[in-house]
Amino acid sequence: MGLITSPASLTLVEADDGTKIMNPNIVITSFDKIINWARVSSLWPMTFGLACCAIEMMAVYASHNDLDRMGIIPRGSPRQSDFMFVAGTVTKKMSEVVRRVYDQMPEPRYVISVGSCANSGGIFNSYSTVQGCDTFLPIDVYIPGCPPRPEAFIDGIIKLQEKMRAEHFHWSRWR
Amino acid sequence: MDNLFEEQEKSFETKQLTISLGPQHPATHGVLRLDLLLDGETVVKCTPYVGYLHRGVEKLGETKTYFAALPLSDRLDYISSMNNNVGYVNAVEKLFGIEAPERAKFIRTMVAEMGRLSSHIIWLGTHVLDIGATTPFLLAMASREKILDLFEILCGARLTVSYPRVGGVRNDVTQEFLDRLYEYVLEFPARMDDYETLVTENRIWKDRTVDIGIISAEEAVNWGLTGGTLRGSGVDYDVRRYAPYDAYDKVEFDVPVGVKGDCYDRYLVRIGEMRQANRIIKQCIEKLPAGPILADAPKFTLPPKDLILKDMEHLIHQFILITKGPTVPEGEVYVGTEVPKGELGFYFVSDGTGKPYRMRVRAPSFVHASVMPRLCEGGLIADVIANIGTIDIVLGECDR
Repeated sequence: MGLITSPASLTLVEADDGTKIMNPNIVITSFDKIINWARVSSLWPMTFGLACCAIEMMAVYASHNDLDRMGIIPRGSPRQSDFMFVAGTVTKKMSEVVRRVYDQMPEPRYVISVGSCANSGGIFNSYSTVQGCDTFLPIDVYIPGCPPRPEAFIDGIIKLQEKMRAEHFHWSRWR
Repeated sequence: MDNLFEEQEKSFETKQLTISLGPQHPATHGVLRLDLLLDGETVVKCTPYVGYLHRGVEKLGETKTYFAALPLSDRLDYISSMNNNVGYVNAVEKLFGIEAPERAKFIRTMVAEMGRLSSHIIWLGTHVLDIGATTPFLLAMASREKILDLFEILCGARLTVSYPRVGGVRNDVTQEFLDRLYEYVLEFPARMDDYETLVTENRIWKDRTVDIGIISAEEAVNWGLTGGTLRGSGVDYDVRRYAPYDAYDKVEFDVPVGVKGDCYDRYLVRIGEMRQANRIIKQCIEKLPAGPILADAPKFTLPPKDLILKDMEHLIHQFILITKGPTVPEGEVYVGTEVPKGELGFYFVSDGTGKPYRMRVRAPSFVHASVMPRLCEGGLIADVIANIGTIDIVLGECDR
């Protein structure tokens, strides 16, 4: 987007978020803003349920809470998804699978840790469970609850969107 | 021309292919992994692998008092937590030698059937979704939200409820809850008709399920199947009927059974069960007796909260029960209950202390996962998905 030498008759109008809008549908903005806007508006999570939280995750996708209205559609393949819910207890046997799914996702990628078990092990302080999936994955958002309510899920996604919106130049590093 | 094809066939080498279905496949209902050996589209060998969700529930149960281990049972079959709670408290009550009062029994029966409804609704939605129909899934989930809202009125939680208590239930039902539940019960048959219009006589649905995964009555019994999976084969066995617990001997209900034992019969059985569950809830609301909701057994039940806050004796009593646990008679006990998946059994060995010496869970999903090779081998790979849906497994319970 080059410089627009505006004639005196064209006045710039300031929008809410600081972008300047010209009257005949010309928008001046930065790459960061426009690309982040596009990414935030169409997040595709990896369909990946582990335990109890996955049932609430289903409830969020389904009719009552409907994530489609936020542009979020579950995607069955890690190759085409933007972020992943770690929804449920991660056992030691499962942890390498979770890590592998994460490794298969293209950059930029995000992880939301859902529920007490994924956050910290929860009530399952036993020999077979991983005490928090942040021990082997980088986590962007933690959603507390056992299991979290659908509203908490939506709140977590909004938090992730806020984080993505504030990112600078992250989009240029995808593989 | 014929010669040409024959020659081609001779020169065409085929080779068997092994694929791994799961543990993160969206249609395996959790973290089940199947190793499939395929010859073209035919499944030659199917090996289920479990343990991806092994959380050590049985071992954790030994480290907690009988009261504190109740939330663990929620997370076994997390789709129908209420039924697991009811099974757990029934087993513990038998071990303690106490009995819940009549009102509590009716409430438990009522909420357990609500749990059965919500579980079967999820089963219907996901099973049908896996086979390719999206609409019933969305309809079913909307209906399930209403049950979860009712649970929320009842005890504040949606999914992992921990509502029943050893010797009764946690709190009494409110009139608002009963009214709204009755409203739901009255409109439920119409909802069921909606689903059935979409699915039952659907040609694609019948093509995908009729004569798929047939298992005879004798084989089903030998494999140890229970619940809807067994009744689909025509065996009239229901724990609620043959060893009634709670108030099941005081309500009327039918046990739907199938004929052939294929996926379609198992589907019909579960649909019938949903209608019967609705009937039981209705009877429970109508017959709900007045009275206390917790057994009068101070040695084994926690004192009421308002007394704990006012009275020193009750505070001490509660402190001892929570920290040390009750003094339990020595012995062992097994109680099986009918959860939506089949017969869920809790087996306790007590050594006289406040914590169980051994807690064993007889999980129907584990048994049902083991029958997968029998159902899938010789069929097509697309039928594997139909079979996974129809045996209705939950991996949290299977792996424990």
